[in-house]
Amino acid sequence: MSPTEGAGTEPNGTPDVLEPGGGARPGTPLLTVRGLHKSFGDNSVLRGIDLDVRRGSVTALIGPSGSGKTTLLRSLNGLSIPDAGRITAAPSAHPSGDPGTKTEGGDAPLTLDFSRKTTKRQRFALRDRSAMVFQQHNLFPHRTVLQNVIEGPVQVQRVARADAVERATELLERVGLGEKRDAYPHELSGGQQQRVGIVRALALRPELLLFDEPTSALDPELVGEVLTVMKELADEGWTMVVVTHELQFARAVADEVLFLDGGHVVERGAPRQLFREPREERTRQFLHRLLHPME
Amino acid sequence: MDWELAREAFWPILSGGLTGTIPLTLVSFAIGLVIALVVALLRLSSNVVLAWIGTAYVSVIRGTPLLVQLFIVFYGLPNLGIVVDPWPSAIVAFSMNVGGYAAEIVRAAILSVPRGQWEAGYTIGMGTTRTLRRIVLPQAARVSVPPLSNTFISLVKDTSLASTILVTEQFRKAQEIAASHPDQLMLLYLEAALIYWIFCTVLAAGQRAIEKRLDRYVAH
Repeated sequence: MSPTEGAGTEPNGTPDVLEPGGGARPGTPLLTVRGLHKSFGDNSVLRGIDLDVRRGSVTALIGPSGSGKTTLLRSLNGLSIPDAGRITAAPSAHPSGDPGTKTEGGDAPLTLDFSRKTTKRQRFALRDRSAMVFQQHNLFPHRTVLQNVIEGPVQVQRVARADAVERATELLERVGLGEKRDAYPHELSGGQQQRVGIVRALALRPELLLFDEPTSALDPELVGEVLTVMKELADEGWTMVVVTHELQFARAVADEVLFLDGGHVVERGAPRQLFREPREERTRQFLHRLLHPME
Repeated sequence: MDWELAREAFWPILSGGLTGTIPLTLVSFAIGLVIALVVALLRLSSNVVLAWIGTAYVSVIRGTPLLVQLFIVFYGLPNLGIVVDPWPSAIVAFSMNVGGYAAEIVRAAILSVPRGQWEAGYTIGMGTTRTLRRIVLPQAARVSVPPLSNTFISLVKDTSLASTILVTEQFRKAQEIAASHPDQLMLLYLEAALIYWIFCTVLAAGQRAIEKRLDRYVAH
């Protein structure tokens, strides 16, 4: 089999633009996290976190601020480097050397053991599996919408510019922003900016999408348009880990919800169970506060 | 006032500006910016030794007079067996001087770019160098245009100091004419001042044009 005929690749050698995860079988493990610890000075933010992310699954991380959920998310792509623990990523579904995929040479499982010193190369390899959508979108203000989206594919992944533009245009149209291609980020509404942020992540064709409170900085009336796009991605089978305060979204979309507090996973389970019948008192209190903030 | 002399002297003084002051300013500023970027990155480095070198450089340049720096290069170095012509001496001294001042501007501009921009660069797969070059520096450039323009305009005027090390620039041209008209010093030096003022006014207009252009991606 030639390298360009791997999983998720169409006969003409061009992977389907919209196909998540390179077409690898859903349900197989993508990321395995064991015993993750992280401190900032005396402040211990992660105290032994385990997490399994399966292909095609949506994992929601909920919890009070300071619970460690954002640090956990940032550890998954190397923006935050844990002090101890292990992250193992399954072999890439993208065949190695396939241009325009986030992963190169990802044929072997990748293990980062943070109790030892990890190399930059390892952290880059881990980062290459995923793409991140930030709370503050972090679009590049000096670049147009289109330039924002094609920056990674063209500059890092060496995709031909014309191909990157075509794909970016397609993705932008899909989230209803085809006409904003040449606008600068500051000319867009918050919801539009965040949708561009999502498209910028999708354009990298990652195996895993990470969302760090993607709607928390938005005006309430703009939250819906972003959540709608995220739900569509989940329905298409993208693997997602989402830090969120949107319980309704988590309930409707997530396969598994983790409630974090004080650097521990206090409780995990299917949303139906966790939201309706939380086993732990702390989970119950947190959910109650979120649903009845005035009491 | 000897208006006839003023008219005769205008072109020689102006041409001293066009062939001396302006090229000296442009070349020194260009080299100075490169020095500034290097020194700014040294200062921002997590390596203590490199950061210290950057800090020391800025401290020495800003803590000593430009005229003294110029004299050290032109009159001092020959004692060490290094003889440098007036023009290169002036370029070396002015570049290093601009480098010291502009380094602080560049450093502050880089620091003004939000951390999220670095992280966004990293998460699309870029390393530090590429993120700096493609994401951070273009935004830092916008922030640093006004203060760098001030440095540039100061440099235009500071190059008159090169007259003391025999560089034939605008002010030295005025001095040469003044030498044969000792009763018209006021006129000739005012004339030189006027031409400096014209240069600087034009440059300030250019500065505003650049800022306006760079503003196109900034929310108003």
